[in-house]
Amino acid sequence: MAESAEKLKILICQGTGGLASGAAQVAEAFETEFEKQGVEASIGKRCAVIGTGCRGLCANDVLVDVCIPGKEAVTYDFVTPELVPQIVQDHILGEGPIEKKKAGPYYEKFLEKQQRIIFSRCGTIDAESLDEFLEHRGFEGIRKAVTMKPSEVIEEVKKSGLRGRGGGGFPTGMKWSFCAATPGESKYLICNADEGDPGAFMDRSILEGDPYGLIEGLMIGAYAIGCKFAYVYVRAEYPLAIKRLQMAIDTCYEKGFLGKNCLGLGFDLDMRIKAGAGAFVCGEETALMASIEGHRGMSRPRPPFPAVRGLWGKPTNINNVETFANVSYIFYNGADWFNAIGTEGTKGTKIFALTGKVKHTGLVEVPAGTTIKEVIYDVCGGIENNRKFKAVQAGGPSGGCLPSNAIETEVDYDSLIKAGAMMGSGGLVVMDETTCMVDIARFFLQFTRVESCGKCIPCRIGLKIMLEILERITEGKGQEGDIELLQDMAYDIKKSSLCGLGQTAPNPVLSTIRYFRDEYETHIKEGECPSHSCKPLLHFRVIEDKCKKCGLCPRVCPVDAIEWEKGKVAYIDLEKCTKCTSCYDACRFMAID
Amino acid sequence: MMELLTAEQLDKFTVQVAGLEHPRELIIDLLRSVQDNHGWVPDEGVALVAKILGLTPLEVEEVATFYDKIFRQPVGRYPIHICDSICCWSRGGDALATHLREHLGIDFGETTADGLFTLLPSCCLGACGRAPAIMVGQNTYGPLTTDDADRIVDALRQEAQG
Ligand SMILES: Cc1cc2nc3c(=O)[nH]c(=O)nc-3n(C[C@H](O)[C@H](O)[C@H](O)COP(=O)(O)O)c2cc1C
Ligand code: FES
Repeated sequence: MAESAEKLKILICQGTGGLASGAAQVAEAFETEFEKQGVEASIGKRCAVIGTGCRGLCANDVLVDVCIPGKEAVTYDFVTPELVPQIVQDHILGEGPIEKKKAGPYYEKFLEKQQRIIFSRCGTIDAESLDEFLEHRGFEGIRKAVTMKPSEVIEEVKKSGLRGRGGGGFPTGMKWSFCAATPGESKYLICNADEGDPGAFMDRSILEGDPYGLIEGLMIGAYAIGCKFAYVYVRAEYPLAIKRLQMAIDTCYEKGFLGKNCLGLGFDLDMRIKAGAGAFVCGEETALMASIEGHRGMSRPRPPFPAVRGLWGKPTNINNVETFANVSYIFYNGADWFNAIGTEGTKGTKIFALTGKVKHTGLVEVPAGTTIKEVIYDVCGGIENNRKFKAVQAGGPSGGCLPSNAIETEVDYDSLIKAGAMMGSGGLVVMDETTCMVDIARFFLQFTRVESCGKCIPCRIGLKIMLEILERITEGKGQEGDIELLQDMAYDIKKSSLCGLGQTAPNPVLSTIRYFRDEYETHIKEGECPSHSCKPLLHFRVIEDKCKKCGLCPRVCPVDAIEWEKGKVAYIDLEKCTKCTSCYDACRFMAID
Repeated sequence: MMELLTAEQLDKFTVQVAGLEHPRELIIDLLRSVQDNHGWVPDEGVALVAKILGLTPLEVEEVATFYDKIFRQPVGRYPIHICDSICCWSRGGDALATHLREHLGIDFGETTADGLFTLLPSCCLGACGRAPAIMVGQNTYGPLTTDDADRIVDALRQEAQG
């Protein structure tokens, strides 16, 4: 502890997001600069450039923390390699922080309402270092768990009130007790890291930023249930997550922390990563097991539940990444501590992925009970370009769209379902006034239709027919009665589909009808799209009071159909216009309808 | 590039298969290894995997064709996965895809004449905070303007030459 506290540390986000913005080059620039300017010698301290997990604020990468021993850490945003010499020269060797380049007040606000528990190690420690993990309470949880009987461990999880973070919100302790109670010598533990929900990437961030923490959660689960083997099923799209987790697993094997007599604590556990190969439905637990077994990833009816007949017919327990990550912290701090955070029905924190038309996209961790409005406005700075908020899609393709009068809803499993959405994996896609809600419903349905495994008819054919109806509405060919037909079909598909995919796929349609029925009606009755977003319904007219006379549209028009002079509103000659939508796409002011 | 599995890989898998109660669980790992070496999985690759696992080629084919990211047809040296899911779509993913199609002169699923690029639509890449995003090989890029996308393509072209 003492030695590392003495070091000057540069923390740089090295998650997928950070790397995409050039974090590796920034890290390199620091190394080079330290060498070139002889920094270690002149300040008399060792310097370390540390690659951490994601800080959550993806929109402002690359984020860099400069931690000088004895002083408060300073955060810079949008750091480029070119800025590095200045930071080293002025801040580290010179006067102090460069005020102008520091992350603005928004960064403090971003952190203020959050309660970063699961993320406490993501972004602060070297994700690849076992030593740093151990310095930050690593494996304290499993050490405490083995002092209890397995049944007491399960009781402790029950007492904490933890519910599954993979979507359904099933009480975790209860799930564990089912599997533990099923007779059988060999049982399997599975960690679901398939994270297919578009708009969700918190599991990736945990895998990349705190892989050892996840391994610890799995160890506790395995000990409690009596599993000797654990699989982590990671989707193909997460190569960095797979690499980091594999490194962590290998290191644990080398140190004797995994395998026989884990950590010398008297229980055995083997762990292996299974990489997927691109199929959304494999996030569904029965499809996931089929995929691990080497079959097509198709779901099957439940019961029998995995706890009774799971992987290769053996009792199996499946939980989500974030669920396991929570387990470690429950054992660091105790069930009572965990139980005191959150609401009556939802304990602890939940990580949300804020995306879409919001100012600061990224990952935020808030205690359950925070309202969606607080998350969007207070933490993430509100709507981009100061446009008007229209709706937020909560829970991915299985969730629903909430309008502005419903965003006071608390983030809590039960409140969200009551409002017509769901917690799901925690994706919040923010939409502004330019988004057409019928089109959004169509978009989600297209997604679920493509990803349906095709085994059961309601999902395979029913979703296709619903999609056709929605397509026809967005093309202005909707018919009287279409809304009712959509609702009827939605209920039937929900009731009769085989797995969660079909059972939840109609939700976006139902919730948009519930809250934005007038938009459906305008499309059907008047052939108009109120948000001017459905392309087949565009008129190719310039809206005079929105046109900023910038002259961009005539330049993109391939057939010279747009007349414009400096300082004048543009005019589209409909005789010449081929309706290619180039001008519509190019206009930044939504001035073409 | 053309070898299906290296001698070491073959040895490693053979040993693994012998030690497993359910060798079939290695099917995706094997297909992915073949694909990493060869770029895609040809019929001989399917036959080889089947032989190693003691399955029929049809059983392997059944699995190979289920997954988006196992290619049963030739692809370019750099398959470009463009995210077509909600966050990228709502932040200009469509326009980016159209641009790349025009810039490369190919449609989705096609490969450029020089054999370098294949354009593939993909489900969410988990880079939603950086939308619109694409993935090439192990790297994720985003948020991208059309110019950024051109630069990535150019850099890859250069890499292929150099
Ligand atoms: C279509 C579909 C996709 C799913 N995708 C995921 C996923 O990506 N990650 C996940 O953890 N759970 C996913 N689930 C939920 C799992 O089936 C399962 O309930 C969950 O992993 C249980 O973990 P928990 O109890 O910790 O929530 C999905 C379910 C359905 C129906
Ligand atoms: S929606 Fe495009 S990466 Fe997630």
